[in-house]
Amino acid sequence: MKKIFSRPESLKDAPFHYCPGCGHSIIHRLVAEVIDELGIREQTVGVPPAGCAVLAYNYFDVDMAEAPHGRAAAVATGIKRILPDRVVFTYQGDGDIAAIGTAETIHAANRGERITAIFVNNAVYGMTGGQMAPTTVLGQVTTTSPGGRVPLRDGHPLDLSEMLGVAAGSVYIERTTVSNPKGIMRTKKAIKKAFMAQLENRGFALVEILSPCPTNWKMTPEQATKWVDETMTKFFPLKVIKDVA
Amino acid sequence: MSGKVLMRGTHVLGEAAIRSGCRAYFGYPITPQNELPEYMAAAFAKMDDAVFVQAESELASINMVMGASIAGARVMTSSSSPGISLKQEGISYLAGMELPAVIVNMMRGGPGLGNIAPAQGDYFQATKGGGHGDYRLIVFAPAYGQEIADMTRAAFDMADKYRNPVMILGDGMMGQMMEPVVFPEPVDPAALPKKEWVLDGAKGRPSRIIRSLWLDTALEEELNWRLVRKYERITEEIPDQEIYMCDDAELIIVAYGTAARVAKGGVHRAREMGLKVGLYRPKTLWPFPSGPLARLSRTLEHIVVFEMSTGQMVEDVRLAVEGRCNVSFYGRPGGSVATPEEIARVLSSTYHRMGSRNHKGSEAHAVRDLSRRAAG
Ligand SMILES: Cc1ncc(C[n+]2csc(CCOP(=O)(O)OP(=O)(O)O)c2C)c(N)n1
Ligand code: SF4
Repeated sequence: MKKIFSRPESLKDAPFHYCPGCGHSIIHRLVAEVIDELGIREQTVGVPPAGCAVLAYNYFDVDMAEAPHGRAAAVATGIKRILPDRVVFTYQGDGDIAAIGTAETIHAANRGERITAIFVNNAVYGMTGGQMAPTTVLGQVTTTSPGGRVPLRDGHPLDLSEMLGVAAGSVYIERTTVSNPKGIMRTKKAIKKAFMAQLENRGFALVEILSPCPTNWKMTPEQATKWVDETMTKFFPLKVIKDVA
Repeated sequence: MSGKVLMRGTHVLGEAAIRSGCRAYFGYPITPQNELPEYMAAAFAKMDDAVFVQAESELASINMVMGASIAGARVMTSSSSPGISLKQEGISYLAGMELPAVIVNMMRGGPGLGNIAPAQGDYFQATKGGGHGDYRLIVFAPAYGQEIADMTRAAFDMADKYRNPVMILGDGMMGQMMEPVVFPEPVDPAALPKKEWVLDGAKGRPSRIIRSLWLDTALEEELNWRLVRKYERITEEIPDQEIYMCDDAELIIVAYGTAARVAKGGVHRAREMGLKVGLYRPKTLWPFPSGPLARLSRTLEHIVVFEMSTGQMVEDVRLAVEGRCNVSFYGRPGGSVATPEEIARVLSSTYHRMGSRNHKGSEAHAVRDLSRRAAG
């Protein structure tokens, strides 16, 4: 019998701890598939975040080094500068990359670090129990914006990817979603392009992936994917933000 | 660069680091240590295999250090007091992940922004944690240019040997002072012992993880006890000190770094006045060299601890002495530097307060006579 679907080699044979309907599981698989397809498993070092994906090293079968909350871009910079011929990627939530790690991220992008950032935007702090994130959209209810996010008190959702697009050292920035099959295909292509930018030694690349968090949004997985498509994308439009050869 | 050269402390640090195989430096400017990153930038620009990055903050720089260490490099960063506070997050992680790195703190006056004058107010921060969690830094306290060179070499070797961050604790004056130095022989980084834990892509081997998260309390407890056993080994193996003119001393002064140089001048002046005084200078601050001090304290009447702070190391001295003799403190915080005359006055007034009936002193001579006879 012909095998048409199997576990990517870059994923360990370990069951995910993520909630049902969570985007992290899909995104892990996509990253692993891309690493396999590019044949870079043995030269890749991953930098997982603080956040729901903190245990990513239990799943990716590549060398993995945990970074302090938000500092992945700096840790990755250190690794990449010492080992310029290896492939270094960070995997970060929106709290990690767009709140505590904003400075590290913007400056890594601006330096044009040859690293690839996977930015999982679920508009909430997942791991710590659903608090407001920089990406929480206006009106969104979280545990620390119980009446919904209002700009005067809580500020506006942060367009980190657009900000990174402005940085001279970034070469490829795209925002995609894993809330529907088309989005998932598109996301995989984007991840591949982001790794290619690094392999071609061009500069900083990032894929922002809109990702459901049914648990903290207090929705069913179905409602959550719908909410991404109908509400989140209004604030975070799916598009290629920057692509320079 | 062989033979003796005249160099300022910060440059000595840089040159000694390069000669110790350091090929990665990440920093952020702060006075009074800027000549060190400047030295590294200039030197590394001429080397193919070396990495210099001026980071956007101390937070970023210590995390770049973490990355470079993960990738196997001998790596250094430097800063001064407020910057070291920002590095504490990363230092705690380095300790938890058991990553070698050398961190230089050229202390200045504090707390807060303080000033840029030489001070020693970061002793607690350096030796008692600073960052979160149960961990220790190895802390070297050089006092002379030559020692800066030698301790820099030792710092890189110890960091690798124990897989632990190491701090070199100096101050602004030490960084600026020009002194003659003979540098250690250069080491070839490629010839250093291979680190079996480095992350460089899982080529031909199982993938590796360097982590600091242990959700399982039993595993975290195990890590903590394993670290304690490592720290115990370090405590047995590396404490170091200078014991100066203590043989017949009835009163000694304990000081480290720049303060110890001033104290030594004070001891000379007090000796000229006929006072039996000496100097005990810790060269490692953690582990604190308590053994020899404890032995000395059995025969001493009094110890004066002198620090360029309001009194921090004095607590470790008291612990070492365990009440066997009196301990008092003299301090000049905030960037003020005492003069040798001032220290001599402190020693002399303490000496005279000790009184003429010096039981312990005579006991001390009896003990020494006995040991001499035993040796003979
Ligand atoms: C210095 C520091 N502050 C706070 C935390 C607590 N913390 C852990 S994960 C996290 C945010 C996670 O949110 P996000 O990055 O969006 O990832 P998600 O869990 O949603 O995947 C926070 C605040 C921490 N680990 N370290
Ligand atoms: S809390 Fe949200 S982000 Fe975290 S695993 Fe569950 S669904 Fe995913």
